[in-house]
Amino acid sequence: MSEKSNKILDNKLTKLVNQPYKYGFSTKIEKDTIEKGLNEDVIRLISKKKNEPDFMLNFRLKAFKKWKTLQSPTWAELKFSDIDYQNLVYYSAPKIKKKLNSLDEVDPELLETFEKLGISLTEQKRLTNVAVDAVFDSVSIGTTFKKELSEHGVIFCSISEAVQEYPDLIEKYLGTVVPIGDNYFTALNSAVFTDGSFCYIPQGVKCPLDLSTYFRINDQQAGQFERTLIVAEKKSYVSYLEGCTAPQYDDNQLHAAVVELIALEDAEIKYSTVQNWYAGNESGKGGIYNFVTKRGLCSGKNSKISWTQVETGSAITWKYPSCILTGDNSRGEFYSVALTNNYQQADTGSKMIHIGKNTKSRIVSKGISAGNSKNSYRGLVNINKKAFGSRNYSQCDSLLIGNQSNANTFPFISVQNSTTKVEHEASTSKIGEEQIFYFLQRGISIEKAIELIISGFCKDVFTELPLEFAAEADRLLSLKLEGSVG
Amino acid sequence: MNQNQPILEIDNLNASINEVQILNNLNLKINKGEIHAIMGRNGSGKSTFSKIIAGHPAYTINNGDIRFKGQSILNLEAEERSHLGIFLAFQYPIEIPGVSNEDFLRLAYNAKLKSEGKDELGPIEFFGHISEKLEIVKMDPTFLSRNVNEGFSGGEKKRNEILQLALLDSDLAILDETDSGLDIDALKIISNGINQLMNKNKAIILITHYQRLLDYIKPDYIHVMQQGKIIKTGDAELAKELELKGYEWLTN
Repeated sequence: MSEKSNKILDNKLTKLVNQPYKYGFSTKIEKDTIEKGLNEDVIRLISKKKNEPDFMLNFRLKAFKKWKTLQSPTWAELKFSDIDYQNLVYYSAPKIKKKLNSLDEVDPELLETFEKLGISLTEQKRLTNVAVDAVFDSVSIGTTFKKELSEHGVIFCSISEAVQEYPDLIEKYLGTVVPIGDNYFTALNSAVFTDGSFCYIPQGVKCPLDLSTYFRINDQQAGQFERTLIVAEKKSYVSYLEGCTAPQYDDNQLHAAVVELIALEDAEIKYSTVQNWYAGNESGKGGIYNFVTKRGLCSGKNSKISWTQVETGSAITWKYPSCILTGDNSRGEFYSVALTNNYQQADTGSKMIHIGKNTKSRIVSKGISAGNSKNSYRGLVNINKKAFGSRNYSQCDSLLIGNQSNANTFPFISVQNSTTKVEHEASTSKIGEEQIFYFLQRGISIEKAIELIISGFCKDVFTELPLEFAAEADRLLSLKLEGSVG
Repeated sequence: MNQNQPILEIDNLNASINEVQILNNLNLKINKGEIHAIMGRNGSGKSTFSKIIAGHPAYTINNGDIRFKGQSILNLEAEERSHLGIFLAFQYPIEIPGVSNEDFLRLAYNAKLKSEGKDELGPIEFFGHISEKLEIVKMDPTFLSRNVNEGFSGGEKKRNEILQLALLDSDLAILDETDSGLDIDALKIISNGINQLMNKNKAIILITHYQRLLDYIKPDYIHVMQQGKIIKTGDAELAKELELKGYEWLTN
């Protein structure tokens, strides 16, 4: 191809993927924060501020002890400067003067913040088909539709509240899917997590609403360590959505979350994420370091857990939503679109651990890299020796935009019995000049052409998203296509 | 024929890519109602010539002019040239994974309507419109729900190109080796479709290696291209002569 047209194409592509980050504002609000630094006293203080029972404090202290023995992992395709854990604030919450009776009493400044993000918590304007738990820095601001959900026996609240109200459930399940010492970041999270969501779907209940948590990092020096736990009892179903944004700061903020899902017999959990943390500026300054451990346990027969993620933000993404398939005939799915631009780095993928018989898993990963970014898929398919008749299908596609971006695929497959079927497909493509010219010749603009190519590339994943989120994802990738749904 | 109504005029065109000269003082005039065939050896510049008319951004015009319906189009983007009525049927149509043929066709058609200041068509209206066009190339409606050219046979891809031509109803169609890789039945269907689309206000440029296509679509003129220029022009007889003698005799 000619240098001239490559340059034109690159400029246009760069312009198109460099949409300004519209969630970069910060909220000025009176805060209750603690001193920087991490030690046992800080952990005791957090636990005390949250008025936690002893088992929680012990959980935290045990995790902290473990964390001190661990090293930050270095095996990922990520380069970033060392994180000074003593220079972070581990608790930062908006000051709440009295106990709230209804969401309408929440600080108007906070309501307005979420309003600006498109999440309305007030009675009149909230979404009608989604219950939302809004987390601001270290604490949950409020949860909508609680009463309606409780009529069905569904518990949906912040995890802090769950520790107070349902300590037995928390003690029974917390840390059972992701052990505290699983990795460096889970140990850290287990020691200092401040909030997150808890969902409990009782036996036989199909949750009448989608449940959603919206995470907002606001404080410049506070790390966000959230913890989510979802338990689906026998024959229950829930669809859970997670969204996240952060203000634009020049230095990096740390986000280290742990999500645990448990699906009992015949239960199904569908977990969808649109991750849009601040990604840093064009030269790679600022942005969120996102180290997340998400894991689901299909413990019952015929249970199913499905992860769908659209990752567009963060300077660093380190995340491998996984399924442990212990129940016979259980199923795990992972659908992912990861878009990186400028100097973003993503190392993401999934682990499917087959233990039960006739377990099935499916991985569909789509990576799009633009600018100088680095986008890696890392996956593990592990089929245990007793997981007879199991199947896995993996598909990893990469799309490169421009000449400086980078895509890697690291699939690991381990099969320990001979009645198993494993398929892996991978492809790498580049939006090329001839492809664009074809669209132009048919009278379609270059912007539309790229939208269409990207949207076509991501289609297999977007169809897995709940409707509200599919629209959000489309918009995020600046893919607003006229009539694509019609 | 409208002898005095030129649709495409090319004067002394010089073009290059990465500083290599590709077109060399090329001259050509096509009037409304005419069909011109361009033949020549591989590498003589035929495909490049078609891309340059369509406005491919890789090529630099060093000298000369291209006028479409009397207006110079050198400063127009490929997209704008398409809206004016220039269509290029690709020798190797591009596959677009995940994008349905119907969405792609509707987007192209609506882009054209929009450029003409007309209202765009919704999916249902469009389906009615495209269904009529499918008949021209004898395509089954299931083609619409398949991804653009993905998994299409060679013949299906070429038919899809002609379907797009029918849809956009362009005044100048440049068909770049539309006949290559077709069996006789497919060649008949496609030629028949092209003939149906032709009228006295339109023109066609056929780029081909074979006399065979010209049995079905009768050209008014045949040009032989070599080293980026037209070295000989004749009528339909010239193609037959070339079929017998090759190109050697023209250069000696």
